[in-house]
Order: sequence, then C-alpha cells, then structure tokens
Amino acid sequence: MSSEPIRPTGPLDAPVSAAPVVDVAVAGSAVRRRPGASFFVGAAIVVLVALMAVVSFVWTPYDPTFVDAAVRLRGVGDPGHLLGTDKLGRDVLSQILVGARTTLFVGIVAVGVAGVIGVPLGVVAAMAPRWLGETLMRGIDLLLAFPALLLAIMFSAVYGGSTLVAMVAIGIASVPSFVRLVRSGAMQVLSTEYVLAARAAGRGPWAIGLRHVLPNVSGLVIVQASVSFAIAVLAEAALSFLGYGTPPPTPSWGRMLQESQELLFSAPRLAIIPGIAIALAVLGFNLLGDGLRDHYDPRLEDRR
Amino acid sequence: MLLQIVRRTAILLASLVVSSVLVFAFMVLLPGDPARVALGVNASESAVTQLRQEFGLDRPLVAQYLSWVSGLVRFDLGTSYVSRAEIAPQIVDRLQVTMWLVVCAMLLAVVIAVPFGTLMALRHRRPSGLALSALSQVGVAVPAFLAGILLITVFAVKLQWLPANGWTPPNENPTQFLRQLVLPVLSLGLVQGAVLTRYVRSAILDVQREDYIRTARAKGLGRARALRRHGFRNAAIPVVTVLALQLATLLIGAVVVERVFVIPGLGSLLLDQVSNRDLIFVQDVVMLLVFAVLVVNFVVDLLYLVIDPRLKVGAR
Amino acid sequence: MSALAAQESPTASGTSRVLDVQGLDVRLGRFHLLHDVSFTIDRGERVGLIGESGSGKSLTSLALLGLLPEDARIGGSVRLAGVGYDLVGARERDLAQVRGRDVAMVFQEPMTALNPTMRVGDQVAEAITIHAGRSSRDGGARTDRAAVRTRTVELLDQVGLPNPADCARAYPHQLSGGQRQRVVLAIALANDPALLVCDEPTTALDVTVQARVLDLIVRGVAARDAAMLFITHDLSVVATVCERVLVMYGGRVVEAGPVEEVFRRPRHRYTQGLLAASDLDTAEPGGRLPTIRGSVPPAGAFPDGCVFRSRCDYATSECAVLPPWTGTDPGHGFACIHPAGEEAAR
Repeated sequence: MSSEPIRPTGPLDAPVSAAPVVDVAVAGSAVRRRPGASFFVGAAIVVLVALMAVVSFVWTPYDPTFVDAAVRLRGVGDPGHLLGTDKLGRDVLSQILVGARTTLFVGIVAVGVAGVIGVPLGVVAAMAPRWLGETLMRGIDLLLAFPALLLAIMFSAVYGGSTLVAMVAIGIASVPSFVRLVRSGAMQVLSTEYVLAARAAGRGPWAIGLRHVLPNVSGLVIVQASVSFAIAVLAEAALSFLGYGTPPPTPSWGRMLQESQELLFSAPRLAIIPGIAIALAVLGFNLLGDGLRDHYDPRLEDRR
Repeated sequence: MLLQIVRRTAILLASLVVSSVLVFAFMVLLPGDPARVALGVNASESAVTQLRQEFGLDRPLVAQYLSWVSGLVRFDLGTSYVSRAEIAPQIVDRLQVTMWLVVCAMLLAVVIAVPFGTLMALRHRRPSGLALSALSQVGVAVPAFLAGILLITVFAVKLQWLPANGWTPPNENPTQFLRQLVLPVLSLGLVQGAVLTRYVRSAILDVQREDYIRTARAKGLGRARALRRHGFRNAAIPVVTVLALQLATLLIGAVVVERVFVIPGLGSLLLDQVSNRDLIFVQDVVMLLVFAVLVVNFVVDLLYLVIDPRLKVGAR
Repeated sequence: MSALAAQESPTASGTSRVLDVQGLDVRLGRFHLLHDVSFTIDRGERVGLIGESGSGKSLTSLALLGLLPEDARIGGSVRLAGVGYDLVGARERDLAQVRGRDVAMVFQEPMTALNPTMRVGDQVAEAITIHAGRSSRDGGARTDRAAVRTRTVELLDQVGLPNPADCARAYPHQLSGGQRQRVVLAIALANDPALLVCDEPTTALDVTVQARVLDLIVRGVAARDAAMLFITHDLSVVATVCERVLVMYGGRVVEAGPVEEVFRRPRHRYTQGLLAASDLDTAEPGGRLPTIRGSVPPAGAFPDGCVFRSRCDYATSECAVLPPWTGTDPGHGFACIHPAGEEAAR
C-alpha cells in the first residue's frame, strides 16, 4: 500500500555541527559559532607578524644595527627610511622587522617550555592518586605567586639578563595555567563513559592517557598556547624595557621603547612605532585564542 | 566552617615555608658566592672573606636559612651586603609609595570593569557591546609601561597638563602628589581594568546561561533584575579569583611603571638592588612580594566561604 | 468519527479559554525552529505536548513565557486570559509582569534551577513579593514580611516538603533532587497562575520520586483550577495526567486530539511510530521493540513538505508538499497524506 521510502535529500545533508544548541539558546549564545571575526582578524595579525619575522631573515632595508650619524632622528616617511631612524641613525623599519623575530622566538620557546612541562603534569595530576594530584596542584598554586616578571628579575639578579633567561622565566611562569587547564579537561575526559569502557576493557593508564585524554585536551592546549603566547610577548617587552631581556645590539621591541624614553619630548614616534608593534602582536594572539576558544570550548558542549 | 578556616590557614603557612625555602635556595645555592657577587670580581680575597664572616655566610646553609627566616618573622630583614644599611626601614618606605599606586589602580580597574563588563555581557551581540568588547581587547594588548609612555606623550608632552614623572609624598605637597599620581595610576589601572572587564563579561555571560536565572525570570523578574538579584553573587566567585591574581600582576606591573615614571617604589628598589647585586636585599623584596600574593589568596579563599554557601560544610 | 472524539471535541467559543496560540513561528539565526504552531487550552484542562528531543517542545514552552532568546524572530500570537495584550512582540517589562503571575513554569533540571547562593525560602518568597501589590487578587496585603514568610512555609508545606520551616532556611545544595523540584513547583504555584507549563518536570528525578512529584503537580494545578501544558516524552505520563495531547515533530504540530483517541488510534505516521516504540505490548514475538528509523535531524535540517518524510516508511513523492491539516480545528486532527487507520476505513 505504500510506495518506496524516499531518500533524504537537500538540507538533510547539512553538517550536524551547524545545529543550534537550543538548551543554551534559552538565555545565552544561540548558535554554536563557526570561527568568527576574532579568529580571522587574530590569525591575520599573527600571520603578518610571522611574515615580518620571515622577511627579516632574507631582507631588511638596512642592517638594523648599522649606526649612521648622518641620518640621525629622521622622521616617518623620510626617503630611504620609511619609518625614520633613531638617535643613532639606525633604521626603525629594519629594527621592527628583526624585532618580530625576537618576539616570536621568545614566545615560541617560552610557550614550548610551558607546554612541555605543563601538559604532562596536568595529565598526571588528573590521573594520579588523589593525594599526589592534590599535592601537585598545591605546588602549582604556589608557582602562581611568582609571576613571569618577578621570576625573570630573580633569574637576572643571579645570571644577568639574557634572552635565554627571559624565555625560561616566562615559560616557567606560564606552566600553572597549562597544568590547571589540562587537569580540568583531563578530569572531564576521565569521567566519560568511553574511558570507563576502556578501563573496563583492561586498558592501562598509559594507553588511556595517550589515546583518550591527550587528543581530547589538545584543543584546550592550542587555545592556551595562543593566550600564553600573548602573555609571553608582553613579558618579553617588559623585560627588554627594563634591560633584562634580549641584550643589545639584537633589536627588540621592548628595548626600542626603553631607548625612546629619553626622547619622548622630541621624537615620540620612536616610542609609538614599537609600541604599536607590541600591542598588535599581543592583540593578534589574544584574538586568535578567543576565536579558537569559541570553537573548542567544552563548556558550550557540556550545556547540551 | 571553622575546619575550613583552619585548613586554609595551614595551607597558607605551608606555602609560606615552601616559598621561603625556594627563594632562599634560589638566591643562595645557585649563584656561587653572594659576598663575591656583592663586592665585584676585582675584590681582594681577604675582603670577601671578611664580608662572609660579617654576614655569617660561612655558616652551614641550614643555619643561614633559619636565621634569615627567624629574622623575617620578627620583620628583621638584616642589613644590606653592599650599603650595610638596615633593609626593613627602606622596604617600608618604598612599600608605602607602591601601595598608593597599586591600591588606586586596583580601585580604578574595578570601577571600570564591573559596569563595562556587565554592559558588554548584556549587549554582547549588539553593536555597542561588540564595540566595547573590541576596545577592551585593545586595552588588554597594551602593556602598562606602554600605556604610561603614551599617556606621557599626550598629557605631559603635548597638552602639558600633568607632570611627566616624579613623586612627592602626600603630606609634603598634596596637590603635586595627586598630579603626579594620575598618570601612573591611569596606566596601571586602565590596562588592568581592560583585563578585568573581559573576566567580568565572561563571568556574567556564563551566569546568564544558568538555569536559575531562567527560573528567576520565569518568576517575573526582568532580565536586568534577575541578573542583579541572582547573577552578581554567583558571577563574583570567578571575578574575585581573578582580582586576587591581578593583585600579583599589579605589584609586579608597578615595577615597570615605577621605572617609566621615575617613582621611588618597591619596584625601583628591587631593580636597583638587582643592579647592585645585593642578593640579600633582592631575596627580602622577592619574599615580601610572594608573601603579599599568598596572603591575598588566603583572604580570597576566606571570602569564598562568605560568598558561596556550598563551601560551608555542615552549615545547616 | 468515533463517539469518543465527538464528546471530547473542544468548544471553540469557550468563555474559560486560558491560552490561545495562533500560528506561532520562531526563527533563530538561520534556523526556522517552530512552524505555524496553533493550539488552545481551557481552564482546568491538562494538555500534553509530546515528541522526541529536538522537536520544538521546549521552545514552544519558552515562547509561552516570553523566555526565548532576545534575537529570536517570533511570529504569530500568544494570548493569555487576563492579559490585555499579545505576548508575541510584547516588551520585556510587560512580559516580566505576566511571568510568575499569570503563567508559571516548572523546569526539567531541578539541580540547576535554583540559585545556589540563596536560601530556598528567600527564592520562594521572592516569587511572592515580585507580584505583590501588582497582583489584583490580594492587593498589597502580601508585602508584609511576616505574611510572606508564613505564605512561603505554607507553599513549601503544600508541595509536601517535610519540616517546611527548616527547609526554607536551607540552601539548594542541602536538598535532594526531588526536594528541589518541589521547591521549583512551590515557586511556580506561588501566585496561583492561570497556566502552569511543565517541561519534563520528572525526567531528571529518581523513578521512586517521579510519581510523587507528578501527583503534587496535578494536585496543585487542580486545587487552583489552573490550565496545564505538560511537556514530556514519556507517553505513559501523558496518558495518566492529560486529557488532550499535541504531538510535535520538526517544529510543527503533526497531530492533536483527546489522549484516548490519539493513543488508541493514531493517524499521523509519526505518532504511530512513537506509540509503537514505547508500547511494550506491541513488541514482536522476537522480543525486539519497534523503533522509528533514523534519528531526529538537527534543527534546520528537516525536509521540506512533510517534516517526517525522511524517516517515514510510507512517504511518497507527494509528501514533498506540506500536508494539509485534516480535522475540525487545530486542537483535533493530523497532518499526513498517508495516515494510519485508512486501511480499516477503506
């Protein structure tokens, strides 16, 4: 009496992830967002900074450390010096380009240090026996009392300022946020039924940690890495500004700011240009982190 | 409740002990010889030996640590290796200056963050909310010392409304004190305010999604009233946590801002002693900063007990 | 048409009409979530709203309370007895006055529905005081603090909480799920609403307390002669509690009528499948429960025409056109081109 069932067509094939989370919709954000404006603007800025760094390896208008007394304190738009020159006649654009390299290098190493220490510690804190996990977290809380700048100043008091000291100090200071985040993410994963099933099937903690926990917290880690990168850029700039970061003559945005300070009254552009560079880089990584979080945030999924 | 207070006090004491060991170990164990560091590479062997004896640096490390800590407890921070002056009075002097900065900046940050964060959350999908949100993102991206430099170029250099730097104690010349306080407080407070605004925003957004807000609205409370009566207290829990962490950031952030504005605060003292290589001095200042952060966290933990009834075990 | 159906057929011109929903239509972002939903509820009447998750049941209930997200685009009309204006398009301020006074709601999740930082009694008392003074029934008498407290304890007692005075001083985390749901019910009943909307109020509870809470809800509604819209996917609950039932799928009402009739002789193929899937008696000898093929598509991904055709075994190419409503009025009928029960009629 009935004809053949029809095959679903058209809108039925729409991706499932596009579905609105109606329960969340009651008061908050309605539709689970695809990468939004934050993500694209952030990614664009990050790519721009990375391009500046890459370009600086093959080409800069001048040697950024080349002192030329004949062209001291040229203004922005000077023929031959697009962004002008500083009090020693060094080309500002060249310094900014090479400075991007320093900024990214410090950020990558610092975030790397934080991730390499923080992610395994977070997983261990989640999977270890309660007493051990708690003790670990207490230690991490304690580390929070030593912000990056303080650590770096302590290190510098002992070893003198250097790029390495700055990177390690910033990295260590960023460990707690990774540990806390990974631990809470891992605990969520560990409480799911598929982990329970894996346990029941006799899988050991290593297998569960590697096969289930790590892949599931990787999104969180990427978000945190982006945010920590922004913090590292800020800390590096502050350290270089204080004279504890990258030593001269290697160009660094923070030190450019410091050198500009005595000329604030006559040449504020020397402060404003590296200032914009720092703020732009931080903004880029923060926006990228925000955009990624919209994409990965487990809390939105939990609300279902 | 009492149990919770005892537990948290124990954690505070343990944290203090561990961090004092860390700071001591870091400063004393790692860098060769503090006496030689203080006197410089060219000092004669006999001068170094004399300094070591004078400050007891030839004693076993445990004895050195214990005498340092017992001094800390009595707020006797010892004398400088370099200037031979008492350390405690200098720190107290400088701390007063820094506290002005930090407390005023914190207040400014809260005054900015609570209303603007709430507004951003309430209008998070309207143009006004998005514009505020973008503005706060820019604020977060500007480090305090950069804000300071920019503020100087505008208000001191271009407009010449306020002094570019310097410090006058409030009892000496109140007007000058205030005029010199404005820019440093703005540069610290605006940036912290921008950061805090984002936390307030996300806390309120989270709370807005909570079922009990829906229940409150179903009772007949308007959107804003439901949030005021039921949301703020719950949103306060994450915000207060961030506030405590920010105090640490502010104390350290003040170090850089003090340098920008040539203010004789704790941060300047710390940096001066680092360049003097006066390790005992650095050790004391660092310990003091860590102490301050830990105590603030302790106070916040106690605050939670007041805010969140779920933590009062056996309150019924 | 059966005798049963004729007897239960709702009167169109009833003076006791409490709720009148006409052509309710909700869009959120790119998604069209509710299509042309129409139904009415009279005083003292208990109507069930059934369907799988994602069929638009909860959204309908939120629309009745004006609790849809701000950026939802809403069409049609929702009229409530005693309220002079249409709830669709009303200002938030006006809606707030209606909520809790004329229409109240019991939510699904008692564990999160109460403010964790506020004493339970204060949360009930708040429901009373918000509408005190504005309420036409009691005038301003309720503003008195002692009176509010007495009324709070009275309400908590009505919903069967032991030691209601002690309970009033408790925080939500000190109560069990069943107890919290009673508190939510007390809040909903505080102002004797004309309409109580229950969104799966017992789903999250232990089986042992489900029946008790259900009984309290029905009694509370009966005592006030209030109308009730009861949302659930538990058909046996509908059978015991409700007189009429609406079946929703894909944001549309696909069948409506008296519970007896709809459950005995479902016409829409979706209703038929739903009943078969939940009725142990129809299980095949092999022991397998019949199920509806496939699963509910995500919002926005329902097919055009008949929303159910992508899962229906009887669907033909004719179903690509929206099936017309077959029946006397929106409260009684179905929307299906190949309805069940035609075989018998032929």
